[in-house]
Amino acid sequence: MCMYKRVVHRSVVLTSLFVFMFMFAFVSAQGPSTTPGASLGKPISELDVAAWDISILPDGTGLPPGSGTSEQGAKIFATKCSVCHGENGKGGTAAALVGGEPLTSGIETAKTVANFWPYATTIFDFTRRAMPWPRPRTLTNEEVYALTAFILAQNKIIGASDVMNAQTLPKVRMPNRDGFIPRFPERIP
Amino acid sequence: MSHQQPRPALDSLEIAAGNGLLHRRAFLTNGAALAAAITGYTLSDTAAAQQLTDAPWSTRPGTPIPEYATPSSFEKNVVRTLSNPRGEPRTQHARTPHHLLNGTFTPNGLHFVISHSGAPDIDPAQHVLVIHGLVKRPLEFTLDALGRYPMTSRMTFVECGGNSAALFSNEPVQASAQAIHGLVSCAEWTGVRLSTLLEEAGIDPKAKWLIAEGADSLALSRSVPMSKALDDAMVALYQNGERLMPGNGYPMRLLLPGWEGNMNVKWLRRIKLVDQPGMSYYEARTYAPILPNGKAYQFYFLQEVKSFITHPSPGLKMNGPGFYEVSGVAYSATGRIAKVMVTADSGKTWAEAALQEPVLSKAFTRFRLPWKWDGGPAVLQSRAWDEAGNVQPTRAEVIARRGQTKTPVTNPAAFPSQHYNGPTSWAIDRTGEVKHVYV
Repeated sequence: MCMYKRVVHRSVVLTSLFVFMFMFAFVSAQGPSTTPGASLGKPISELDVAAWDISILPDGTGLPPGSGTSEQGAKIFATKCSVCHGENGKGGTAAALVGGEPLTSGIETAKTVANFWPYATTIFDFTRRAMPWPRPRTLTNEEVYALTAFILAQNKIIGASDVMNAQTLPKVRMPNRDGFIPRFPERIP
Repeated sequence: MSHQQPRPALDSLEIAAGNGLLHRRAFLTNGAALAAAITGYTLSDTAAAQQLTDAPWSTRPGTPIPEYATPSSFEKNVVRTLSNPRGEPRTQHARTPHHLLNGTFTPNGLHFVISHSGAPDIDPAQHVLVIHGLVKRPLEFTLDALGRYPMTSRMTFVECGGNSAALFSNEPVQASAQAIHGLVSCAEWTGVRLSTLLEEAGIDPKAKWLIAEGADSLALSRSVPMSKALDDAMVALYQNGERLMPGNGYPMRLLLPGWEGNMNVKWLRRIKLVDQPGMSYYEARTYAPILPNGKAYQFYFLQEVKSFITHPSPGLKMNGPGFYEVSGVAYSATGRIAKVMVTADSGKTWAEAALQEPVLSKAFTRFRLPWKWDGGPAVLQSRAWDEAGNVQPTRAEVIARRGQTKTPVTNPAAFPSQHYNGPTSWAIDRTGEVKHVYV
């Protein structure tokens, strides 16, 4: 920007600034269709964001095409997950993915998919973004669906032959779905 | 003897509460000479002074001044404690040594860190922040671009939702203020108001939440109500004047003053505006504390009003009876600290502490109170009030609502629950040892 070059006389800078501010004030009054402020953000298309856009919402928004079953998931789990989560998710150096005590057992009860997680979509979201720990985001969408189906089936939340995909996964009713109280309800949009 | 001013006797100072707590303005009313003479933990009173001689460091030039300074070698114990120093595949904690610090800023190298997969080594020239979703214009911001926006600075504490969780133990865990409360720190953060960037992208009125996501290997993500995003949220670029520390989110992090640390997403790379919360792993599972009835709190958000005493505290041995300053930090997500009360007799009597100015909203406030320890057993505790009228609850009140463990917690780094904001009690015995107790 020329405004930052020393050769420009101060009065020129000030004049330019006033003109700019005046124009800005005028343009702002035109309504929300104009871009306000410094406008240093570079436009980017949702297509170009797609590779980073891995958020899955509880209603299924963001779930990609593909599908998987528990049977497929069991094989993937054995090769990519059981080294930390134990055989069939019974627990190892990382948390158990099967079972869980009732939450009335105490405030320090270990939180599990079966006793705590309110939405099945969170399993897909977290597995895809963060797992396997040493090589996150290397699983295919098909593999993530299959692993999600495996974890849900092992916990008897879905049937052994149920297919998980963008339509079926958000419909899975988690056992502890209604187990939550907003701490400050007035702050929830 | 004639050249020495007679010292006012400690006994002449105004008593404010039981077991030797003095009025917070005792030194102001009795003169600065007294304060200068008898502050600190290593009070020497009547011992005859030795003749002074030059120490070796005073008789030769010192060492060259380095480009980037580190503390004196004599301060090598003033460090964070690490829960997972080898970076095994689990969460790492680095806890702030509150008992070895004073004031209100946490030095950057001692700011607490919780990282779930280490600190990514981000090249700032390649890092970008994307804002998309329910916006009129999805935008990408380089660090260079963000550096050209109008900046704002504010002092703000950041606290892990699991800080102080050892106090949910049914028996008091024997640990230091660092181990128990080391997951809170306070810094001056400088950056761009998030509202500025969101307004440039153009907020779709259907947007109720945003999902913030980091560039770490877990791509940690949290959902934030738009109301907070447009209130005082910041994309922070500087921490205490210098670029963010790698463990604190270099080159940029989300700062949500007063809100649960984990929501202040580090290594921020993406903000997506959405119409519903994402129910991410850390909000749907981790930071949802279980209640005694088997239900669980969801979206706790606030780090509620809290205080704890740092001086004295376990690890700081009392150096004989006499004068000490009791001090600590107080902070609240809901405004400025209005008042801190201190007891030295297990809560029977209380004295109001002095608050170090400036008292800033959602920042550490250092409280101080002069104390004449008579050498007998004492139990110190602090409680804080904020300007919104919120009171730090007693431990009994917290436990009645939130429960406690059935068996004693032995590892102070464990999280039996989250969001404990009750008081902490330090018991001092006749030998000067300080221990953690419940009263």
